[in-house]
Amino acid sequence: MSSFPFLSILTVAPAVGGIVVAAMPRAKAGMAKRIALGWSVAVLALTVVMWIAFHAGGPRFQFRESYRWIPVWDARFTLATDGIALVMLALIAVLVPLVILASWHDADGGNRSVPLFFALILFLEATMIGVFASADIFLFYVFFEVMLVPMYFLIGSFGGQQRQYAAVKFFLYSLVGGLFMLAAVIGLWVVGGHTFDWQRLLAADFATNTERWLFLGFFLAFAIKAPFFPFHTWLPDAGGAAPAGAAALLVGVMDKVGTFGILRYCLPLFPNASKYFAPLGLVLALVGIIYGALLAIGQNDLKRLVSYTSIAHFGFIGIGIFAFTSQAGTGAVFYMLNHGLATGLLFLVVGMLVARRGSALVGDFGGAGKYLPVIAGVLLFAGMASLALPGTSPFVSEFLVLVGTFAVHKAVTVVATFGIVLAAGYVLWMIQRTTQGAPNPALERIDRMKHDLSLREAAVVAPLIALLLLLGFYPKPVLDVINPAVKATLSDVGKSDPPPTVVIKEVGR
Amino acid sequence: MSAVALAFSPLAAPAAATFKLPTIDYAALAPMLILFGIGCVGVVVEAVFRGYPRTRIQLPLALVGLVAALVVVIKSADKRVVTAGGAIAVDGPALFLQGSILVLGMVALLLIGERTLEPGGPFVAQAAVTANTEADRAQASRPDGSPEVFPLAMFALGGMMLFSSANDLLTMFVALEVFSLPLYLLCALARRRRLLSQEASLKYFLLGSFASAFFLFGVAMIYGFAGRVDFAGIDAAIVGSDASPILLYIGLSMLAIGLLFKAAAVPFHVWTPDVYQGAPTPVTALMAACTKVAAFGGLLRVLYVAFERSTWDFQPVIGTIAVLTMIVGSVLAVTQTDIKRLLAYSSIANAGYLLVGVVALTKDGLSSSLFYLVAYGFTVLAAFAVVTLVRDADGEATHLSRWAGLGRRSPLFATVFTFILLAFAGIPLTSGFTAKFGVFAAGIGADQTWLVIAGVVSSAILAFPYLRVVVLMWLSEPGETTPAVSLPGALTSAALMIGTLATLLLGVAPAPLLDVTTRAAEFIR
Repeated sequence: MSSFPFLSILTVAPAVGGIVVAAMPRAKAGMAKRIALGWSVAVLALTVVMWIAFHAGGPRFQFRESYRWIPVWDARFTLATDGIALVMLALIAVLVPLVILASWHDADGGNRSVPLFFALILFLEATMIGVFASADIFLFYVFFEVMLVPMYFLIGSFGGQQRQYAAVKFFLYSLVGGLFMLAAVIGLWVVGGHTFDWQRLLAADFATNTERWLFLGFFLAFAIKAPFFPFHTWLPDAGGAAPAGAAALLVGVMDKVGTFGILRYCLPLFPNASKYFAPLGLVLALVGIIYGALLAIGQNDLKRLVSYTSIAHFGFIGIGIFAFTSQAGTGAVFYMLNHGLATGLLFLVVGMLVARRGSALVGDFGGAGKYLPVIAGVLLFAGMASLALPGTSPFVSEFLVLVGTFAVHKAVTVVATFGIVLAAGYVLWMIQRTTQGAPNPALERIDRMKHDLSLREAAVVAPLIALLLLLGFYPKPVLDVINPAVKATLSDVGKSDPPPTVVIKEVGR
Repeated sequence: MSAVALAFSPLAAPAAATFKLPTIDYAALAPMLILFGIGCVGVVVEAVFRGYPRTRIQLPLALVGLVAALVVVIKSADKRVVTAGGAIAVDGPALFLQGSILVLGMVALLLIGERTLEPGGPFVAQAAVTANTEADRAQASRPDGSPEVFPLAMFALGGMMLFSSANDLLTMFVALEVFSLPLYLLCALARRRRLLSQEASLKYFLLGSFASAFFLFGVAMIYGFAGRVDFAGIDAAIVGSDASPILLYIGLSMLAIGLLFKAAAVPFHVWTPDVYQGAPTPVTALMAACTKVAAFGGLLRVLYVAFERSTWDFQPVIGTIAVLTMIVGSVLAVTQTDIKRLLAYSSIANAGYLLVGVVALTKDGLSSSLFYLVAYGFTVLAAFAVVTLVRDADGEATHLSRWAGLGRRSPLFATVFTFILLAFAGIPLTSGFTAKFGVFAAGIGADQTWLVIAGVVSSAILAFPYLRVVVLMWLSEPGETTPAVSLPGALTSAALMIGTLATLLLGVAPAPLLDVTTRAAEFIR
């Protein structure tokens, strides 16, 4: 079974589906939607089969495929997945059908092509799967950049107000990071012996300064993507302007490319530079936790608020990565998954509210729970998951990150814990202002506010709620997949120990 | 070799008795001879078939000539000779550049030959009629075009081929003039906006003449230093001569001014936006694709063959020029409101990226520059092909505000143009990315990382104007003045398709062309 080309099929299939859907005439919008949904469900089914075929205790990289592409540069079409990537691939496969279902009517009504919207989502899925599945740095870079194009058009063509500004800002920020990474990729290729193969580059050694510059080139791109403070300003704009489904994919999956990239590329390829810059990473992550949470508290726009909460969450993932303990690392990866589920759910529910109210401003709601009790309940659950309430899976990951970090950086952990308090603040206050309290009289006059959760919407939120609860109580199957990959990553970082520092001592213990 | 050198020396006159006719390898020169021959036939056709729609003869004639020349170039792909008494070198880069000029020239000729977009095509018959006079308006409204553009284009293309294979400075100068003069004239022939076209032509001519004069002065200085004008002789003199290197430096910098002018590098770029804007768009396309190939072909040969051994002297200077070109080109592109001027500044910035490959002065630098020239040529041809299509009753609508909402009016062409812009921005899976990757890799490989950093910054800046056009086309509502896109004739469709497909193919599967450039990347002396 492991010789079955899972990864290349998973990468190519959504793109083919995108072409099929894009070729549908505008008049057959309903058909286009159904094809898109069916296609993404098929991708999910294949991903489930792949997950089952993956040996958690087996070799680090599985399902490896490699095809000739550009021999002059030794760039190959190489795909492989470790536990970390597998978790992200599963997240994509789960979220995309739900997003398609949730966005069923999002593209209607305007004069934009409905099939194009769903085609773009499928294209996005293809590039996102490609980015996580590549084991060749050139290929990774290709997907990393191409990924911007469908998202750019999703925001720019189908977004809300300020969509043009948000789309261009999103594209330029990511492109700037990507171009610096391009310089680093080329530099890596030149000093690493003219190869792009991840495995072979792993064995390369660099001069200290070279390694640090290369690390910074990659890190800048990933920090913008994630985003870490102070490269985050594009996210609230993009998240606020994007249609809810696209925002769920943007924040839920696409941004994980940043943290994933740090784990897959920065740490193993540049271990010494990673150790050197780890304090920087920790500080940026800490600032992000506090700063993102404070700004989230101050937001009036629901989608921007959720975007800011993500910046805070990425701070937790960041400290988990740069703590260099296997508990914290596993927690960070698990957090990437849970954040995708929880924030995806939050964005989708907010999208449902916004679609009904016709506005994303917190002030336009108030007491909405009276009209929409079920949606308000889902929002509450999503909020609780987002603030990592015990019993939901984000709690497990946040706890792992904090425990793993406390062993090595007590001060960092103490500060990060304040982030949890602030998280309670922004989530609870948001829920109070939107669904609780005296009903906003304006809501009475809006017909759509009287329609609570529909069957389609229930089908969107139910799997996410189920997953969040299930993984909250029984995270073992996922942790078993993540753990070996994280351990392998950490052993890459420690592969040539310089004079011991605090961090290294702890890793070696 | 020394007999040849003497032949160029005034001292050779008394020694005429010993002068021996150089042997000429006609097979190696055949592609150029075919082009010049077809050009002459074209002139005869103009004289003989009066009153007959001559475009119908000229276009097939020219295309046949180009195809024949291309066949010869491909057949002699493995040829490496210096012939015509050392005046012409037919080696890997020369053959590759000639082939590129021929292929890109063919596509440009398709645009030049388009006659369905407006009666008589985008050209008038006489360049020198005073603009806005009765006579000028009369000729602009006459439906017969100017079939002379075909012989002119043939001479220009032939000159470009000679320029990229010239093996001494005098031949190079002759070739420079041979390809420049027809271009000056072609620029003045636009049917619409005659005054702008004439201004463009005059500006190009005057500045081009200055540049040629600089070049010629440089030749004289180099001769003063080396006593020779052939590249091998200059190379030998740089090692062995005990003459003062001052002459060498002055000469080299003057040569470089002449060459960088044609390549549109900052600070010798000022003509580019005006000429690109004023010239008839098909001619702009020809210049942006083919002239760039020729100019960089000449620059590569001069720097790699003749002056390779004074690398240390000029590498920082050309590097600085490359940085200036990239930054100035991209920054000024941000402020443009006319699509043709925007493309002109983008072509300046692209000249900067090419210079990164040129100053690497390695085999990788050479092969990546060759690849870049072809990749960029196809993309820019496709871009200008789209520009010729966006038009209303008054001709092309080049002001950017008129492109607002174009995606709504004609989604197909807006999609194609978006793809082209993404290629210019260097997004992967387009030739723009592979090309840029190649030159940047050569730059870092040659320890010129600072150039690559500048290139990366400039690419980021340059992405903004491209995105602005994308935003205009797709995300803005169509304005009152947004023209519909004209249905292209078969010729423009073909040109557009070739350009776009090449952009895609060289992005997705660049391996075959990369192999060719790698094999071709070796000069002979």
